[in-house]
Order: sequence, then structure tokens, then C-alpha cells
Amino acid sequence: MKLVFHHRPEVPIEAEVITPEELTGRSESEVSALPLQYGNERVPLGEFFRVSGRYEGEIRVEGDLSRVKMIGSGMSAGRIVVDGDAGMHLGVGMSGGEIVVKGNAGDWVAPDLSGGRITIHGNAGHLIGSAYRGSAMGIRGGEILIHGNTGNEVGNAMRRGLIAIGGDCGDFAGVNMRAGTLIVLGRLGSRCGASMKRGSIVSMQPAPLLPTFAYACRYEPLYLRLYLLHLKRLGMSVGEGHIEGRYRRYSGDAIETNRGEILLLDA
Amino acid sequence: MRVENAEVVDTFAEAFAMWGSRVIVTAVSPAWVMAAARAMTGFATSVIGCKCEAGIEHELSPSETPDGRPGVSVLLFSMSADSVGKRLLERVGQCVMTAPTTACFNGLTAEQEVAVGGKLRYFGDGYQIAKFLDGRRYWRIPVMDGEFVVEDRFGLKPSVGGGNLLILGPDLPVTLGATEAAVAAMRQVPGVILPFPDGIVRSGSKPGSKYKGLPASTNDAYCPTLRAFAPATEVIPEAGCVLEIVIDGLDLEGVTEAMRVGIGAAAAHGALRITAGNYGGNLGQYQIGLHSLLAV
Repeated sequence: MKLVFHHRPEVPIEAEVITPEELTGRSESEVSALPLQYGNERVPLGEFFRVSGRYEGEIRVEGDLSRVKMIGSGMSAGRIVVDGDAGMHLGVGMSGGEIVVKGNAGDWVAPDLSGGRITIHGNAGHLIGSAYRGSAMGIRGGEILIHGNTGNEVGNAMRRGLIAIGGDCGDFAGVNMRAGTLIVLGRLGSRCGASMKRGSIVSMQPAPLLPTFAYACRYEPLYLRLYLLHLKRLGMSVGEGHIEGRYRRYSGDAIETNRGEILLLDA
Repeated sequence: MRVENAEVVDTFAEAFAMWGSRVIVTAVSPAWVMAAARAMTGFATSVIGCKCEAGIEHELSPSETPDGRPGVSVLLFSMSADSVGKRLLERVGQCVMTAPTTACFNGLTAEQEVAVGGKLRYFGDGYQIAKFLDGRRYWRIPVMDGEFVVEDRFGLKPSVGGGNLLILGPDLPVTLGATEAAVAAMRQVPGVILPFPDGIVRSGSKPGSKYKGLPASTNDAYCPTLRAFAPATEVIPEAGCVLEIVIDGLDLEGVTEAMRVGIGAAAAHGALRITAGNYGGNLGQYQIGLHSLLAV
């Protein structure tokens, strides 16, 4: 099924209905009648999208959707391809399936993610795979792959899952991390891993580290080969030097359990 | 029925229902992979005395292994799923984890699984780390050369063990050469192992003994030195040597295919007669007829 965005909104739209679960079994007219939240009004989807076809496993959404929020909300199966940019809260609460964004994504990609995969071919904003404010736990599974750069607080309080950044990421990456793996092929910002309890933050570049992280050793982490080969198969720019490389291991955050790790590729 | 100059006896190999698993071992080099694999598959020739039967199935190139390093696949069989689980734990723990640079992965997707890494993790004494990637859980156990990575659970499946060939030849050199050729051909079949030393057993056994308490004793019917007076010799006058190959496989198709190619190779390298061992069909769950293997 194809949804073509034909009308730029004056205020952002909340499009929770753009999910496989909502579109399954519905005709073009039924889909066009689904409600979107537009400011303080509910408007039919057809007011902003031209609908064609039927859902048979993939939804293609075309246009500049940088002001369209919550695409893929709560989805558990199926596939959404955004041929353009996507707005905030992409894939919130997702538990399965796949979302692919050919352009950029806004802030808050996939909070409450527990399964499935989101791939952003461009850049993304802040708080990628992050816990909502007031929540003790971030993503609990699934994979977020950003080929470009991201902002601050990537993987805030993540509990499980994989986040991979092809470019650079901002400050406080992995803040409050509980477990899971964050791999940054570019540069980490400052204060990465602040208050992390467990989990792994990996970067292929030198990074400024908090004084509560202690150097352990240089070694070849075998498990990292599994992750890097997995990312390479998914199209991320992982090189032989990353896979075969030796990494400097830092343990922290000492103000917590000291069981987290930051691995930096040893040049 | 004759194949080349070898007579193939119209009999059957009696094989047994077993449980099997496949383990992938990787390491920094083929040499260290083989060191770990040989240790893991050592003292695993027969469930009679070794609790399991194990062997190296294939060498794997780096492109074929989960972590992109050299590896091998090892098959391990035992009489029960519980026994396979225990042997995996023992052998991965004592033979693979101990070898420098190794990692260990499940090589068999199956409905039934057993915790291997999930139990070995306790060796980490609380310092172990779990990782979950693409639907699989792995354990990182801190050890002195870095970390031992082992998959949490390994698959088990109903398998077949005890397929066998008995190869009779004029003398030891020719019979050994024919049997070695059979082994080389059979090793190309996926999903099977030949658990005896380099695939060949010279001390084939029969069930029972004149001595109370011995579960098995020499297969006197195939001992050439006893031909003159053994109660029921199977050694033809022209034969001076008999060697046996035992085959275990993850499925019956693998075992039968291995036996089929083994017959052809042994016959092409000087075997006089090829037959198989059975218990009259009274013990095993499978009967693999030699002539049916060769039927067009």
C-alpha cells in the first residue's frame, strides 16, 4: 500500500494509524478515513495522504514527513518504508517488523522499542532509543541503525537491544545505560556512559571519557565480531580494521556498578 | 552382488536411535581450532565406554563461521538427549573453553535445546556478561586471554548411530588402504562422523562375553586368526584382515549415503568382501540393507 504525502501541515501531525496493524484488511477509502491528530483536531488521513493499493506486507510512505510523528507506533510485524524524512517518535513502542527511512528522522526514534528493526539512512535527532522522561528503562530489545549522525542522549537507559550509528553522535551517549550495545562508527561526544550500570558502548574513534571510567586492557573482543559482521551484512560501513582490530577497554561508571564497558578501537 | 572385485554381502547394518548435536568451534588459527576440536572429540569412540561418540564433521572457512574466523563443526552423539547435554557441557567446558582464543557456537537449529553456555557462564563467577543478538543469546566469560564467547543454548535432534561397514581384504596393507579410501569418501558426506580413530576400528566387538559382567568382547567371527576354529567364522579363506567403519549421523539419509559411498570406495581399492554387522534385527531401530544402498 502506498501513501503519498501531498499537503505540508502547518503544525505537526500525529499519525499513529500508519502501521501494518491498522492498515491490514482495509480498503483505500477505509484507510483514507482513518483519523490523524492535527493540532487540536482529528482529521481524516486522506486530507494529507493519497492512498493507493492494499496492504500486503509493506507500506510505502512518500514525501517530506518531517512533521509527521509516530509513524509505526506500536507495530509488531510488517514493513514500513518512508521515502523521505520522518518526524519524531518514529516507531514508538514497536515490538516487531521493520521500518526503513530513506531520509532523515527527527528526535525520539523508537522509545519503548522491544523488537524489530528501524533503519535510518540519513541523520537522526536527539534521544534515539531513549527512555521517556520519568521512565527508568529505555529500549528493551530490537535494533536501531542510523547510517548518518545523531544528537544527544542516544540509548538513554537502554536495557537491551542494539543501536548502531554510522556517523558521529552527540553527548551523553548511553547515559544511564543498563545493558545492551551501542556501536558508533564515528565519534562519541562528551560524557558517554554517564551513570551506566552495564552494557557496552563501542566507538571506532578516540573519545573523551569521564574520570569514573578506568582503563582495563587492550584486547580483541570476540563478541564484537558477531555484532560488526551483523552490521556489515545490514549495510553499515564496517571495515576489516574494525572487525580484526584491538580495542581499549574501559570499565565504569564507577559511581554505579562499574560493570559497564566502553571499547575504543586502538589506532 | 559385486562392486568392482568386491562381493557385497546381502545383509544389513543394524543402527540405533541416538541424539545428536552440532557444535561450531572457532579460534584465531586453524591450528588452534584443531587443538580444541581434537581435545573435544578425544575419548569419544563408543558410547560403550566413553558415554558419547564425537568427531569432526568439517573444517570451516572464516566466511562460514559466525565470527568470521577459522572453525570446525563437531558432531556429538549419545543415547539420550540428557546425556548429550551433559557431554556437551563437559567437553565444551573442559576442552574448548580451555584452549586459547576459542569461541563456541550452536550449529544445529532444532526444536529441542540444552543450555551449554547458560551453564558454563557460572565459571565467570559473576563477572560474565550476556549479549543478545539477532535472536540468539551469547555469554562472555572473562578468562585470561580475554573472553570466551559461547552460545547459551545448543540444539539437539533425534539421530542415527551405529551404521557400519566391515571390509575384508587379502592382507593388512590392502585392507587398510581400502578402508582409508572408504573413510576419505565418507567424510565428504555432511551430517555424519566416523567416531573411531581416524574413522577405523580394528577391534570390532560383539555383545556379551564368556566373562560375567563384560558387556562386549572381540568379534571372533571376524578375527582371521580364529578362522580355523571359531564357532561361526565370517572370514573367507582369501581374507587375512578385517576392518570396520562405524557411522553416526544427524539423520538416516546421511548414514546411508556415507555407507553407499564407502562401499564404492573400498571396492575400488582392493576390498574382497564388504558386509555389515547386526544383531539379527533384535536391538536396533534401523536396518540398512547393503544391497538396497546400491540398487539403481
